[in-house]
Amino acid sequence: MLNRRTLITSSMAALAVAGTSCAAPSGAGGGDPASMLLADGYEPSSLNPLLGYARWGAAKFYDGLLAFDGNGRLRPALAAEQPRPSDDARTWTVRLRRGVKFHNGEPFGARDVVATYRAAVDPAYAATISSGLSMLDEVEAVDEHTVRFRLNIPYAAWPARMVMGILPESALAEAAPQENSPLNTQPVGTGPYRLAEWRRGERMVWRANRDYWGGAPRIAEITVVFATDDNTRAQRVQAGEFDGTVLPPLLAERVGGDAYRTVHHDTADYRAITLPADHPVTGDPAVRMALNLAANRSEMVDSLLGGHGEPAYTPIPPSMERFHEPEARLEFDQRRARELLEEGGWRSGSDGVRTRNGTRASFTVMYFADDTLRKKFAQAFASDAGKVGVRVELAGVDRTEAAERIGTDAIVLGGGTPLDPDPQTYPGLHSSMIGTGTYRNPAKYRNSRVDAALDAGRSTVDPAERARHYKEAQRAYVEDPGLVYLAFIQHSYVVRTGVWNGYQSVVEPHTHGTTWGPWWNVEDWTPKE
Amino acid sequence: MSPPGRSGRATAVAGLVARRIALAVPVLLFVSLAVFLLAAASPFDPIHQYYGVQIFDASAADVARVREQLGLDRPVPLRFLDWLGGVLSGDLGVSRSMRRPVAGVLAERLPWTLLLAGCGLALAVVFSLFVGTLAAWRQGGWLDRLITAVGHALEGIPPFVVALLAIASFSLGLGWLPVAGLTDAGSALGPAQVAEHLVLPAAVLGLSQSPWLVLHVRQSLLAAFTEDHVTGARARGLRERVVVLRHALPTALLPFVTLIGARVPELVTGAVLVEEVFSWPGVASAVVTAARAADYPLLAILTLLATAAVLLGSLLADVAAVLLDPRVSADG
Repeated sequence: MLNRRTLITSSMAALAVAGTSCAAPSGAGGGDPASMLLADGYEPSSLNPLLGYARWGAAKFYDGLLAFDGNGRLRPALAAEQPRPSDDARTWTVRLRRGVKFHNGEPFGARDVVATYRAAVDPAYAATISSGLSMLDEVEAVDEHTVRFRLNIPYAAWPARMVMGILPESALAEAAPQENSPLNTQPVGTGPYRLAEWRRGERMVWRANRDYWGGAPRIAEITVVFATDDNTRAQRVQAGEFDGTVLPPLLAERVGGDAYRTVHHDTADYRAITLPADHPVTGDPAVRMALNLAANRSEMVDSLLGGHGEPAYTPIPPSMERFHEPEARLEFDQRRARELLEEGGWRSGSDGVRTRNGTRASFTVMYFADDTLRKKFAQAFASDAGKVGVRVELAGVDRTEAAERIGTDAIVLGGGTPLDPDPQTYPGLHSSMIGTGTYRNPAKYRNSRVDAALDAGRSTVDPAERARHYKEAQRAYVEDPGLVYLAFIQHSYVVRTGVWNGYQSVVEPHTHGTTWGPWWNVEDWTPKE
Repeated sequence: MSPPGRSGRATAVAGLVARRIALAVPVLLFVSLAVFLLAAASPFDPIHQYYGVQIFDASAADVARVREQLGLDRPVPLRFLDWLGGVLSGDLGVSRSMRRPVAGVLAERLPWTLLLAGCGLALAVVFSLFVGTLAAWRQGGWLDRLITAVGHALEGIPPFVVALLAIASFSLGLGWLPVAGLTDAGSALGPAQVAEHLVLPAAVLGLSQSPWLVLHVRQSLLAAFTEDHVTGARARGLRERVVVLRHALPTALLPFVTLIGARVPELVTGAVLVEEVFSWPGVASAVVTAARAADYPLLAILTLLATAAVLLGSLLADVAAVLLDPRVSADG
C-alpha cells in the first residue's frame, strides 16, 4: 500500500508539473514568527515513551533525566546535575530538578521516575523498550528528589538510557499492556510543548508549555502536517506552504530557493550488509574480507546519497569523535579482493562466478521492500560483489519474512544512535548477543578481541579509558570484519530562513523528521527582530 | 389507493425486512470469521506492528513475553471467539495500528466518511437525474451523444485517476480549491474550512459514481417514453416538459432507486481510493492501514461495516421498490 500511495502521489506531482504552471497557494507559514508550520513524512503511531516514542531524546512533550546536547554529550534535564555512578558503574544516583510540573499540573518527583522505569521493564505493561533496559535491576526513590538505579552489570552507557521521557506516576497506575493506553494519543509529560490536537493521518499541533521549567518556548504553536510522499512535500515547500520539512538529500538540494536553506546533519545512522557466519560462502573469512575491499563506498555515497554521507567501515561514525578510530578502515581495492578470493581457494567459473569445492560463491541479500534507499544500497553492493566474482541475489522482503530468514540470508541493516558507543556496537557485534533476538548480532559475528574490548568499554566510567576500548574494538573488527558497513547517511532538511534565530546543528540517531532535524532544540528558538 | 393495498404492502415490507435481517446475521458472522482467517494467513505478523522500529533492539524473550501479554500467541479461532464475545457485549476491542480502542477510532473517523460518502452520493443522484433526463429528452441530438460518450468513457476510469486529474486542474492549475486534508495546514477545524476541503473529494466520488446512473436514467426514461400512459399524455397534447417530468420520470425513477442501492459496494471502494488520495481522515483509509498491520479488531469491524452498508443498501432499494411500484399495490 505504501507503494501504491507513493505511486499515486508521485503521479499527482508529475501531473501537476506537466500540466500546469503551479499556482502557489498563499503560504500559511512564514507570516507570524510565533507559530511554525512543518511537514513530516512519517506520522508516529504512538506518543508513549514506553512504546519507544523519542527514546533517544528530543521528545517535545517529554523530558528525560538527561538530554542530548547535539554533539556527543548528555546534559542534565530533569536531573539537577550529572548522575553519579559508583566506581563499578553498577549504581547510579540522580538528584532531580525541583519545581517541575507535568502538563496536567502534577508536581514531578522521584516517584514518577521510579514508576516510569519500573513500567518500562515490568512485563505487564508490554513496553517495547524493555530489552534496552535489561541491565536494570531496581530503581528506587532515595528521597522525594533523588533516585537510585541498581544495575545487574557494570554499565557505563547507562546515561544514554536516561534520555527517555518521564511519565507521571498517576498515568501508570494500571499495569496493563500499553496498546490502548491513553498515553499513546494524549501525552502527559513535562516537556516544552504539550499536544494541543492530533488529527490522525493529517496533522498534529504542539502548543508551548507556559510553565516549562526551562522557560516558555518563544514559538508558541507548531503545526506538523503529515505528508507521506516526498515529492508532494517538496512541491508544497516550494509553493511556500511550510516553514520546513525533511526530504531525501537530492530532493532537498533542488527545492528551497531564497526563502529556504538546505541543511544536512551528520548521523550515527549506518547502512550495512550482514554476512551470516555459518553460511558456506559468507562465513569464509576470505570472502568476508574480499567483500569489504570490493565495496566502493565512496561511489555509493556520491551516487546514492548525492555526497551527503560518509563511508562506514565500523559502526562508530567520525561524528562520534571521541570514540571513532580513524585508522580502522577497509580501503577500496578490488584487485586485492580478487587475490584474497584466489588465495582462499575460490576459482573463477565459466559464468564469472567463483566456486570452491563445488560451492558457488553466491548468497542472497534481503532488504525491506518499502525502503528505496536500502534497495539501492543492496543493488550497489551486489554490483560490486559481482565485479570480484561473488554473485549476490537480491530479495525485497517484508519485516516478517526478514525475521524468518535473517539467520541464513544476508540483509541490509540500518540504525544507530550517537548518544553512546555501547548501544551502537554491543548488540550488533558482541558474541553474547547471538540468538537473543532477531536483530541482535544477526550475522552471528564472533571475535574474542572485539568482545573483550566491548565488555571493557561498558564497564568503566572513565571517558578516556572508554574511548581507548572502543578504538581497540574497531581495530580488531576491521582485521576480521563480519559485516560490510557501507555508509553513515546524512539526514537532509529544508528550513525557512530569516524568521528565527536558534538553529544549531546536531548529530542525529536513526530517527529523523520534525522532532529531530533543525527543530531538535526548537524550544530555544527566538523570533528574529 | 385502497386501504387493503396499503396494509398488504406494509406486510410485504415487514416480511422482506425480517427475512433480510435473518439472512444478514450469518452473512456478517461468516464475513468476520473470514477476515480473521485471511488476516492470519497474511504474511504480516502483528507483533512487528506493535513493536515498530523497537523490534531491532528487542530480545527474543521480551518479544515472546509481549506476544503472550497481548494474547497474540493464542490460536486464531480462540482470538475470533474472544473478539466476538467482546463485540456482543459492546466492547469492540483495541486497534493495534491506531493504538487506541476501536470504538474511539470509529467515533473519530466514521463521521468524516459518512459526510463524504453522503455528499458524494447525493451529488451523483442529483447530477445523474439532471443529466440523464437531459440526454433522454434530446435523444439522438449532439448533447445526448456527448453525454453518452463521456458516460461510457468515465465508466472505465478508476476514481483515483479522476481524483488526480481534478487535483491537477482545480487545485494546482486554477488554484480554486485546496489539494488535500480536512482543513488548510495551519487552520482550525471549522465548517467553512471543511466545506471548502470537501468540495473536491465529494465531487470526485460523486462523478465517479455517476456514469452508470446517468446512462441508466437515460435508458429507463427512453423506455418510459414508449409506455402507454406517456404516449397517451403526448397524444392529449400536453407540453413536452410536463410529459417528461410528470409522466415519464416517475416511472423511470423506480429502477433508478433500486440501482442506487445496488451501487453501495462501488461507493465503498470509491471512498477508500478517494480518501487515500485526498488524505481524508475517514474510516475507509483506515482499512488499508489495518490490513497492513494485521490489525484484526479494526479490520473486522470495518469489513462488517462495509458489508452492513451493502446489505442495507440493497434492502432499502427493495423496500423502496415495494413501496413505490404501483403494480405491487395493485396486486396487493
